[in-house]
Amino acid sequence: MTVTTTEAPGAYLDHAATTPMSPAALEAFVAEAGRTGNASSLHSAGRAARRVVEESRESAAAALGARPSEVIFTGGGTEADNLAIKGIFWGRRSQDPRRRRVLVSAVEHHAVLDPAFWLAGHAGADITLLPVDGEGRLDLDALTDELAAHGDEIALVSVMWANNEVGTLQPVREVARIAHRHGVPVHTDAVQAVGQVEVDFAASGVDALTVTGHKLGGPVGVGALLARRDLPLEAVSHGGGQERGVRSGTLDVAAIRSFAVALREAVDARGERATALADLRDVLVAGVRRVVPDAVLRGPAPDATTPSGDMARLPANAHFTFPGAEGDSLLYLLDSAGVQASTGSACQAGVPQPSHVLLAMGVEETDARGALRFSLGASSTRDDVDRLLEALPGVAERARAAGLVSTRPGGVA
Amino acid sequence: MRVLAAMSGGVDSAVAAALAVEAGHDVVGVHMALSRNRDQFRTGSRGCCSIEDAGDARRAADVLGIPYYVWDLSETFEETVVADFLSEYSAGRTPNPCVRCNEHIKFEALLDKATALGFDAVATGHYARIETHEADDGTRTPELHRSPNDAKDQSYVLAVMGRERLARSMFPLGGFASKDEVRAEAERRGLSVSAKPDSYDICFVADGDTRGFLRSRLGEQPGEVRDTDGNVVGEHQGAYAYTVGQRKGLGLGKPAPDGRARYVVDVDTSSNTVVVGAAELLSVDRIAGQKAVWLAAAPDDWTACEVQVRAHGRAVPAHARAVPGPDGAASGLEVRLGEQLRGVAAGQSVVVYRGTHVLGQATVTRAWRDASALAGASGTGS
Repeated sequence: MTVTTTEAPGAYLDHAATTPMSPAALEAFVAEAGRTGNASSLHSAGRAARRVVEESRESAAAALGARPSEVIFTGGGTEADNLAIKGIFWGRRSQDPRRRRVLVSAVEHHAVLDPAFWLAGHAGADITLLPVDGEGRLDLDALTDELAAHGDEIALVSVMWANNEVGTLQPVREVARIAHRHGVPVHTDAVQAVGQVEVDFAASGVDALTVTGHKLGGPVGVGALLARRDLPLEAVSHGGGQERGVRSGTLDVAAIRSFAVALREAVDARGERATALADLRDVLVAGVRRVVPDAVLRGPAPDATTPSGDMARLPANAHFTFPGAEGDSLLYLLDSAGVQASTGSACQAGVPQPSHVLLAMGVEETDARGALRFSLGASSTRDDVDRLLEALPGVAERARAAGLVSTRPGGVA
Repeated sequence: MRVLAAMSGGVDSAVAAALAVEAGHDVVGVHMALSRNRDQFRTGSRGCCSIEDAGDARRAADVLGIPYYVWDLSETFEETVVADFLSEYSAGRTPNPCVRCNEHIKFEALLDKATALGFDAVATGHYARIETHEADDGTRTPELHRSPNDAKDQSYVLAVMGRERLARSMFPLGGFASKDEVRAEAERRGLSVSAKPDSYDICFVADGDTRGFLRSRLGEQPGEVRDTDGNVVGEHQGAYAYTVGQRKGLGLGKPAPDGRARYVVDVDTSSNTVVVGAAELLSVDRIAGQKAVWLAAAPDDWTACEVQVRAHGRAVPAHARAVPGPDGAASGLEVRLGEQLRGVAAGQSVVVYRGTHVLGQATVTRAWRDASALAGASGTGS
């Protein structure tokens, strides 16, 4: 049997949701999945499995500028975020009971926001949403003020490395520097960033960092939390304590190895790939603006840089709002034209809600309804972008006609 | 044709979608999300609005091999169906939210959006037939008819949609004589919803407790329950929770002096009073309505017909005519009943039939007894 990856049909412009596994990662996955051995067993089969896990840990650590002992393998990004938010909150608060405040940016993924608000409802946490500017970038002054006012009551700060919807890169290093003045640990969700921008755990100064496999060519269902060894971290799920005593469950050797292979590849290829992705993204952005002139690019301009000279936006992300149109109409019409994009972050019932990210950026709710995210990946081609640009004028026009209909309050039939 | 199949997650809409596919149409399944805060699982006898139901719809679409989307119509639903439900009860009337949902959501918001997006028709799992009438000059007009399945017939709640929307609608289950047949069709196609229980309750009243829902949304408004002589016989926590014809749940401690059952005969929200009285006070032979919608030519003069005032009620012989109303030339309706009906409340729909053919419908504004009418009603047809 030959195992290969299958390209999604049509123009797949939703790599930020998930991107195809790389052939090497798939091969590694299949090879390991066919082997027997529990990495916690003490016999030879167990030792063989353990060796694969530890080699993967070393590889992953090296790819991300971390030490092997700082890598906690998890079942993906959401689990790593939950472990970070709840685990650090409980860990820090048990050291110092006054520390019950949690600061998170207003544009975090639900995997960070929801555990934070869960702590507020169940564990006496007090959540502060840190504001962002019109491009989705964290307001560092607000962070500084919060820390100055309540520094000794804050358990942790969590600010994502790159936003999953609008692609804005956050000043994570500055966040860590400011927070550490008050002894406050910092977590960052770097799920969207790894493989697109340079992510160096040690150099960033953060205390914990989330990464996941399936956004960078690895399998779904595996990821890691990088956590400094001195970080107070309580377990969220309890059991065998396989990963540093804070993450239990039999280690998924195949997934871990495949993840490590994909991560190594993504990081090695990053420089070249990011340039190609940014070039293609620029074609996409210019093209969308040409064919639908009133479409509004959300997030930083493609060529924008931060005051410190860094890139301001992920190279593979383009996000637009289309005035007068609804996201679900746009998505349906594009899908039926063979172009797959996203209205933002997928949700359980498949109902596109107005994005909390856009609302936090000050976008009006009516404009936020007409949002579409296009995200590129290693397999994206000019042809994918051309198919989008060919379909988009008709799609936008038709979606607008439907938008006017369905937003009208009901009248008499 | 390009057909949008509205898929609630129930067996009827799944089979309707299947039949549209098999008829050769290009079908896309759409589940309407009507609430922003949806329950994870289906509870009670609701069958449409939980995430589990959306999942059932998705699985049916998978089996049929059609694309599937969820469209968020929750805001329009709240602004039309739920708002109408609350304001009608607040005004002492008895709304039918399924009629309002067909009027504002399925055959307006959904149908208009579908049309704008390039669909030719919306298919639903309603039990009713659309027949095409061809006139002498060749013009074809769709007619709405009752389903041959008497128990399930939904023509009553569909009449409000009007003629133009009927032309853009498909009811593939129209010919089915029984629900068992529909279930068998579902099973034959491997649709896992084939054995899903029927839904009866109002979809947005989670636990079937309408009074509790009204109280949570409208607040408690204590007032008096009086008899028809004006004597106070009890208390209530909100007149809105009572409907004309209601007998149960009145909470009157003492029986009536004559020992007979008492019914709500009037809900006066201006004085926040519920009036109770004997059953015969509920019997009426005249109905006036407004917001009439005609699917056939509006009858300018008294026309022999049958009328139905409840979704699962019986049609009774009557004479009806269209009259000018506040919304236009034929927006008013007058009905003379050939036999008395009990418990006709303002706010209900009155639907006018001739045989199986739905002629039109209106919203009841008033129902009363005209002492001299019984003899007259059957004789004033000319």
